[in-house]
Amino acid sequence: MSNANWPLWEVFIRSKQGLSHKHVGSLRAADAEMAVTNARDVYTRRSEGISIWVVKSNDVYASDPSEAEELFEPADSKVYRHPTFYEVPEGISHM
Amino acid sequence: MNNNLFEYLLRLGDDSLIIGHRLSEWCGHGPILEEDIAMTNLALDFIGQATSILNYAGQVEGKDRDGDALAFLRYEREYRNLLLVEQPNEDFGVTMMRQFLFDAFRKPLFEALTKSTDKQLAAIAEKSLKETRYHLKHSSEWVIRLGDGTEESHKRAQYALDTLWRYTDELFFENEVDQALQAEGIVPSLAPIKKEWVKTVQDVIEEATLTIPQNGWKQDGGRIGRHSENLGYILAELQYMQRAYPGNKW
Repeated sequence: MSNANWPLWEVFIRSKQGLSHKHVGSLRAADAEMAVTNARDVYTRRSEGISIWVVKSNDVYASDPSEAEELFEPADSKVYRHPTFYEVPEGISHM
Repeated sequence: MNNNLFEYLLRLGDDSLIIGHRLSEWCGHGPILEEDIAMTNLALDFIGQATSILNYAGQVEGKDRDGDALAFLRYEREYRNLLLVEQPNEDFGVTMMRQFLFDAFRKPLFEALTKSTDKQLAAIAEKSLKETRYHLKHSSEWVIRLGDGTEESHKRAQYALDTLWRYTDELFFENEVDQALQAEGIVPSLAPIKKEWVKTVQDVIEEATLTIPQNGWKQDGGRIGRHSENLGYILAELQYMQRAYPGNKW
């Protein structure tokens, strides 16, 4: 059996209310409906999720790894973008 | 003990047990990895249903037999499952068509059983119904996809429907067991369930561009323990360990 003609889908699962969908993996399916069904069986059988998104892998436009230098390195030298220079007043929790 | 309820629970439990076993035969042989996992999930759903239904049957019988004893230590003639569920898997098309014809029956049946005056049976139906809704969605989508797919898949799906159609009348088999339980409000009449089944089947089969066979010849017998030769082979595999090593656990 071959599934060479079935497109690849990226699967996103939301684990519980309030948290956003997270990429969990990919699978093959003939259409979106089947992709959701397959994702339910492959990725939520241990109660991992309450919502599923599927996106055709072809439709994901990704950054180019060879451009990583210009895209990401400039941020490395800008420590002031992290809010680490503030004193957290006493009594403030969850920071 | 309520003989009629025991008998009825065997029907429900044996249907789940045998179709669950059939689906488990696909483990490692699915057409694609995703579907292999899906069918194993289905098999586990059905074996879970069989466990709770047959355990309850054992309680109702009151002869110190639990679900395992009923599943593994009865003889062929004592099984009450439909002929449909014991039919061989053949190819994926036959397996999915068998599943669809069965799921389309199980959904309205469990819906009605949630209103049973027997609290335990109503609770089992409630839990099983959630699984069954998904089973029906899964098998309907496959029947539509295979029927309305390629020339080859259409041909095979039509063959599956033609082969299995003769076993569908038995879904609605009723006898004095049903009549007695219906009078007590424990189980529903199958007439409205048949109406819903016919509608589901017509809709899906039409969307799948398949043709419902016009041949009126039907076969039954499973509900009274008269099975096709297939059940013997299933039981040989299912029961081997308990027969060879009585009381064996792992």
